[in-house]
Parts: sequence; C-alpha cells; structure tokens
Amino acid sequence: MDFPILSLMIALPLLAAFACLFAGAKAARWIALIATMLDLLLGVILWTRYEVGGPQWQFTEHVALFGRFAWALGIDGIALLLIVLSVFLMPICIAASWDAIEKRVPEYMAAFLLMETLMIGVFAAQDLFLFYIFFEAGLIPMYLIIGIWGGADRIYASYKFFLYTLLGSVLMLIAMLWMANQADTTDIPTLMAYDFPASAQTWLFLAFFASFAVKMPMWPVHTWLPDAHVQAPTAGSVILAGVLLKMGGYGFVRFSLPMFPVASAELMWLVMGLSMVAVVATSLIALVQEDMKKLIAYSSVAHMAFVTIGLFAFNRQGLEGALMVMLGHGLVSGALFLCVGVIYDRLHTREISRYGGLANNMPKYALLFLLFTMASVGLPGTSNFVGEFLALVGAYEISSWVAFVATTGIILGAAYMLYLYRRVVYGALTKADVAAMPDLTARELAMLVPLGLAVLWMGVYPESFLAPMRNDVGAILARLAPTAPHSDAKVAIGTPHPAAAAHAEAH
Amino acid sequence: MIPMTASLALTLPELILSLGAMALLMVAAFGGDGLSRAIGWGAVALFAAAGFSLLGPAGNGGPGFDGMYMADSFAAFAKLLIYIAAAVSVIIAPGFFGRAGQLRAEYPILILLSAVGMGMMVSASDMLTLYVGLELQSLSAYVLASFMRRDGRSAEAGLKYFVLGALASGILLYGISLLYGFTGTTLFAGISDSLAKGMTVGQAFGMVFVFAGLAFKISAVPFHMWTPDVYEGAPTPVTAFFASAPKVAGMALLMRVAVEAMGSGTDSWRQIVIFSALASTILGGVAAIGQSNFKRLLAYSSINNVGFALFGLAAGTADGVAATMTYMAVYVAMTLGSFICVLQMRAPDGEPIETIASLSGLSRSRPGLAAALAIFMFSLAGIPPLFGFWPKFLVFDALVRAGFWPLAMIGIATSVIGAFYYLKIVKTMYFDDPAADYAPSASKIEGGLIVLSALAVSPLGYLAIPLLDATSMAAARSLF
Repeated sequence: MDFPILSLMIALPLLAAFACLFAGAKAARWIALIATMLDLLLGVILWTRYEVGGPQWQFTEHVALFGRFAWALGIDGIALLLIVLSVFLMPICIAASWDAIEKRVPEYMAAFLLMETLMIGVFAAQDLFLFYIFFEAGLIPMYLIIGIWGGADRIYASYKFFLYTLLGSVLMLIAMLWMANQADTTDIPTLMAYDFPASAQTWLFLAFFASFAVKMPMWPVHTWLPDAHVQAPTAGSVILAGVLLKMGGYGFVRFSLPMFPVASAELMWLVMGLSMVAVVATSLIALVQEDMKKLIAYSSVAHMAFVTIGLFAFNRQGLEGALMVMLGHGLVSGALFLCVGVIYDRLHTREISRYGGLANNMPKYALLFLLFTMASVGLPGTSNFVGEFLALVGAYEISSWVAFVATTGIILGAAYMLYLYRRVVYGALTKADVAAMPDLTARELAMLVPLGLAVLWMGVYPESFLAPMRNDVGAILARLAPTAPHSDAKVAIGTPHPAAAAHAEAH
Repeated sequence: MIPMTASLALTLPELILSLGAMALLMVAAFGGDGLSRAIGWGAVALFAAAGFSLLGPAGNGGPGFDGMYMADSFAAFAKLLIYIAAAVSVIIAPGFFGRAGQLRAEYPILILLSAVGMGMMVSASDMLTLYVGLELQSLSAYVLASFMRRDGRSAEAGLKYFVLGALASGILLYGISLLYGFTGTTLFAGISDSLAKGMTVGQAFGMVFVFAGLAFKISAVPFHMWTPDVYEGAPTPVTAFFASAPKVAGMALLMRVAVEAMGSGTDSWRQIVIFSALASTILGGVAAIGQSNFKRLLAYSSINNVGFALFGLAAGTADGVAATMTYMAVYVAMTLGSFICVLQMRAPDGEPIETIASLSGLSRSRPGLAAALAIFMFSLAGIPPLFGFWPKFLVFDALVRAGFWPLAMIGIATSVIGAFYYLKIVKTMYFDDPAADYAPSASKIEGGLIVLSALAVSPLGYLAIPLLDATSMAAARSLF
C-alpha cells in the first residue's frame, strides 16, 4: 500500500467542512472552492496514475478499524470515473452558489463539502457496511440542502426525499446483513465472486432493488425526484442529478449484477418493463411541463431508464453504454440545471412561458444551452450519443422490443428538449424584463465552458472513458455469462449468397 | 457454600452506595439544603467508587448468597451504565432545581438508593432478590417523579407513576408466586431446570405475568401508558434519569430472567417479546408524530427505542443479548444528551420551556445547541454515520443470524416511521424562522456534558466498536 490518496480525497472536504462552520460567509466560499479544486486536482492525479489494464482494484487501503467491518477503500475503472465526475462537478457547484446563496453561507458550503466526502466514500468503499454508511449518510446533508436553501415547497420535498430513500435503503441493509453472515465476509470484491444460493438471490436482489430503484430513480418510485429537484437550489440539483442518481446505477453494477447473476437474469423483465414504461411515460410527462427544472427532472428519469436498459441487456455494449449514459448524463443534466440556474438568478422564475427570445440578448448563453440541449437529445459528437447508442445496440441484441420502445424515448427526448429550447431561446424578445437580462458573466462562463468541453470530449473520443472500464465490464460479463438470458433475435449463421459475394469482391 | 465475607465482597458496589447514601442522609439531616451541592458531588464520588469496585470480585466473582445474587460481567456492564447515567442525573440537577429554588439535599440520596436497587435488579438470580431490588428502585423513583411537590404536573406524575407502578409490581409478584407454586423454587437456576421438563399451563401463566410486569418497567407497549405523562410531568433531570438508568436496569433484568430463568422456554416467550418489540416501534413512532411537547416526544422516542432493543432479545442468542446491551449503552448517551439539551430550553426569565415550537430557528440563535440536538435526533433515528445506527445494525444482525430475517425486514421498516418525527425536530430547528430566543447557557458543566455525549454518538463512536463488541459479548456470554 502506498500513499492513501483515496482517504485523503475523503478527508480533505470533511476538514474543509469543519473549517467552513467556523468561518464567515466570504471565507467559507473560498475555503470551499479551494478544497474542491484541490480534490479535483487529486482526482486528476488519481486518473493519470490509474493503470489501465492493471489490477482490477487499485489504490487499495485496508485498516481493520471497526471490528466487524473495515475501512477498506479501492477503486476499479467504473468507480474511478464516477469519482472523477464527482470531483469535477463540485467546484462548479460551489461557483454556481457563489452569489445565488446569500443566507447561511458557511453551513451551505459545509453541507456541500460533506456531500463530496460521502460521494467519494460511496464510490471508493470496498467494505459492504462502509458502503452502506456512506450511501445512507448522504441523506442528511441533502435533506438540509433542500430544506434550508430550497424553494417555497422545500419542506415537503425534503421529507419526501428523505423518507423515500430511507425506506428503500433499510431493506437493503437487512439483505447485506444476511449476505455478510452467509459469506462470512464484508469485503465487496470477495462478495462479487461469491455464489449465493439461487433461491436466496431473488430476495436479496429485490431488497437491493428497493434501494437502488428509488435512488436511480425508476418508475414508479421516481416521484420524489421532480419535487426534490424543483425545490433544491441550483447546485443541489446539479449534485442530485449529476452524482446522487448515479449511485443507484453504480449499485446495480457493483452489487446486483455481479452478486446475484441468477436473480438478475430471472428478474430482467421486471427491470426492462419498468424502464420501458419510464422511457415513454416520463418523456411524455416532460413534454407538458411548464417548469424548466421539472422538465429536466423528468428527462433525468427517462435517461436513467436507458441506464437500466443497458445494464440488464447482459452484453458488453449494453453495460458500457449504460455506464457512458451515467457519465454523460452527469455532465449534461448538471449543465442543464446550471443553465436554468443562470436565468433563474436573473428573473427568479422557472416558468418556461416567462422567457423567450434569449438568443437576441444572451448569445453566449444561447450557444452553450444549445450544446447541452443537443447533448441531452443525443446528437452524435456529444457525450450522450455514445452511451445511448451503445445501450440501444445492447438492448437490441437481447430484445428488439425493448430497443423499439426505448428508441421512441429518444425521439420524445428530442421533442421535449427542442420544444423547451425553442420556447426559452427563440422567438421574439417581447418581454421587457427578459430583454434586460445580461449575457453570461465570467464566472458563469467558467462554470459552463469546462462542462461543454467535457461533453464534446466524451462525444468525440469516448475511448478515454471506455478504456479504464473495459476490463471491469468484462469481469461483470464473465459473472453474468452462465445465466444470461438468450436473445430474441435467434440469429443463425447462413451461407453467403454467391452473387453477393462476387459483388462484394468486385468493389 | 461461599462464606459470608466472600458474598459481601461481591456486593461491594451496593455496599458502597447504600452506606454512602446513609452517611449523606445524615449530612443532609444535620446540614440542611444548603449542603445540597456538596452532597451531590459526594454522590458522584460514590458512583465513581462503586464503578471502580467493579474491577474487583464484584465485577466477575460469580454467584453469592447461595445463588440469590450473581456478580458476573453482564451485571458489571449494566451497573457501569447505570452508575454513569445516575451520576449525570445528579450533576445536572442543581442547574434545574436551583433556579426554581427547589434544590433539596434528598435528591442525590434518592438517586443513590435507586441505584442500589438497580444494582440488585441486574445482579438478581432469584425472584425475591429481583423483587426487592425492583421495589427499592421504584419507590425512590415515585418520590423523584413528584420531587417538585408544589408543581401540579410533578405531583400528578408521581401519583400516576405510583398507582400504575404498584399495579405492575402486583402483576409481577403474582407471576412470581405462580412460578414459585408451579416450579417449587424462586431461584432462576431451579426455575430453568423445572421449565426444561416442559412448560405447564400454570408456569406459562406465571411467565406471562412476569413479562408483563417487567414490560411496564421498561415501558414497552402495551404497558407504556404511563411513560408520556410521567416524562412530561417529572422535573427534567428526573426524566433524564428515568429515561436512562432504570431502562438499562429493567432491560438487563428482563434479559437475565428471559435467558437464565426461562432459557429453556425461549420459544414461548419469544412471541411475547416479538409482539412487544413491534408494537413499541410502531406505536412509539406513530404516536410521537402529533406531539407538541418535546419531553412527551422524547418519551415516545424512548418507547420506540426500547422496541428496537427488544429485537435483540427476540433473537434469543448471545449475539442478540450483546446487541441489546450495546443498544442500551448508546441509547443512554443519546437520551441523556437530548434531555440535557431540554434543560437548555429556558425563557430569558429562567422559566423552562418544553414546546417543540420554541425550537423554531434554533440553528440561528444557538447554532451549537441546534447542531448537538440534530446529532441526537439523527442518531436516535438510526441514520448513519451517526453512532445510533450501530446498535440498530447489531440487533438486526442478531435477528438475521438467528434466522428471523422477515422479522428484521418488518422491524427495520418501522424505523422509517420513527425517522419522520425526528426529522420534524431538525426541520423546526433548521428550516423554520427563529422564534423567541432562549436564555443564554448558564452552566459550563451542562455544555460540557452535551459536547461529550454528542461526540460519543458522532462518527467518532465507531472507533469504540471493538471495545463495545468485546465487553458486550463477554457480558452476554456470562448469561448463556
């Protein structure tokens, strides 16, 4: 074991959070920004030092600190990229809250820094119960962020968020206790290779599903998300959509699929069915929203359904696609919430019909908003295209019906996003207060431009992101292979037609 | 046959406390209420001495007095908790009673006597030792509940507690006499031997009555009715005492009776415990939602937590007993901390305030107090990373290990009901607009105790897991 970089990444925001509590508003902002930038720096070091194709678990740390469970950290490629996503979004969140948050700034910054600690902890934990503690602990700062700095209906939203996710998670805890007892270990890599009895797997899968489906969120337990998003402050929405939702997907990848492969295959249609409903239903709901944040929140549910569709396709394209959608959606939905935040800060309303014609007076904003809108639609060259395309290819391999239904979601996605863009940015600039809105400030550009570049990078050269995850996806596929369901395509290899072969040679 | 002196050495903590209490009573009789504070510190010193005496034979010396008394590590674990909780209840008293001009020298002495009774309870291995210890504890408690005798609510609390407590004692005694009649002995070991031959109807009746009587003492549903009224009416330091030390003693006693005396009938009493545990967690959660008085809310919270602790006993294994003991240890820290926070709730003129509404916006007027209370609330709700999560984890782990995973599923789902009202307190403190300010904190000792207990239930508590695991497992093994 060399330098404990993961522990440092977890400890740094925590210490900064304490420092914020004892600082004034201005100092707290700077402490938070510096701490998150340092963590981003550490994240970059982590990425560059990560050995692609090296051992499956790197940067491992293990201290038997707590008797029954251990302070065990370590990452594979999947966790690496999600950690990098988290630390990349955090300074942007702090910057987004720079002026927007005026009351109780030290506590706000402390809550965000605590959130960062817990997010990194979730992705880096290699011990079952350490994971659970980080996973659950995130409820407390998020509850406070929504409840204290949220909108008018914040209290209802904060309760709903907390109780929904808590109820989902406690059942998972019982399943974890059973697993630790059965396998006599709390070490996640060991558990990933442990074969639980097939009869128990169904129950275990369902208990974990209760937690991850709520976190994801999957239809029909998604209703906490629009409430939480609409009421949360901008940066809260960014973290919620960008990282917290990914915890559900990460849970499926880390626990459900490799630990319960038999049950995953058996219950594939449960997940696929719910995802198919989600893709279509929530896209249609998004189409009729009057509130920008609510629209993006529903689009998140639809995009997360692509993740579950990809994950339960049981093939490489599907899994890699799902992971790419997770990363891409983390960037794009975060950026979209920031775009909403930018104009909300100016006009203090999220009502779509209050805007219009922004392309005239806010050209820079219109350009960046267009980029993220196109990315959300899944335009080739942007991050979401790679993921959604791969996920759909994967889905098509396993079931053409799933692919068919899911693809309608892409079309509907284009419809609601372009409709949103048209109503906000195009049209005549008739409203005086809208016309008075200034274009992006340097701070806002500094937030949105890196996101835009990352979105383009993922779209143009996805190999940087696919390479670290390749072996880990392979390991999961190896676990799934014995029980993976068969494709409905029934493809048979035929003999090539002589005329066609000759035709091909002629070229 | 163990010689008398050896038996007496086993009861050294009780001897220290009872002789000390009598000596302090003399001081009080001749010195008057002016010496109250000094007597209080004397009582704390006695608790410390009694605690240290557990290092000797009293800590793990085996049976004494022909098997009527047991000094094992289980009793030592419980006694240590009881002495700590009792000492804290003595320390926080002057701040409360002093303002009302009701500081009396008898208060620490009553607590001392009550602690003697509790020591007897947790060391009892005979039904009569059990009953004598329980009555000594209860009689002191009745007086303590009505300690502010000019206050109508306090007098009412004392009367209510006495009437219902006497009824419960009667039920318990009736159960003991039935067991004696149908087994021919009052010794736990003898009862266990007799039950091992198969439980008769008479014995089953005796068992049910004993459990009912003990359920009253730990305020488990359906024998919880007295709790909210008594907790609300009694002076706050007394409520803190009721919610901590007697709960530990009652729970430890219940476990010893269940395992040592009726271990061979585990399948029979398990249903009672399961019902009581589920009913307590559900009722403790649902009934608390509508409360507007913070002390009443904490009363329901204690019912709720006792329910979770009972899940450990329901497992009926050494793991389960160890989990319940750990639960009580962490619970004592959480509940004492919460009640010391209640002590801080005072109007600028010094009058105590108990409404939840008065906590409104506390995070802005008293950020430190609000943060501490938020820690206790999240911890009582069992949300990680606070340490209140760990005992819940242990009791459900014990249930799952014993094969009761469906019960664990239902049990843990009821914890979500409880989470709702704990969140309500946090919401009131953090989300709502500030109400009228409280008086500034008067006592450094109270502040220090709040900090100590908040640190104990903070994530730092996880570092104590190896120690807690080892001691609670040693304690539990001594029962099996």
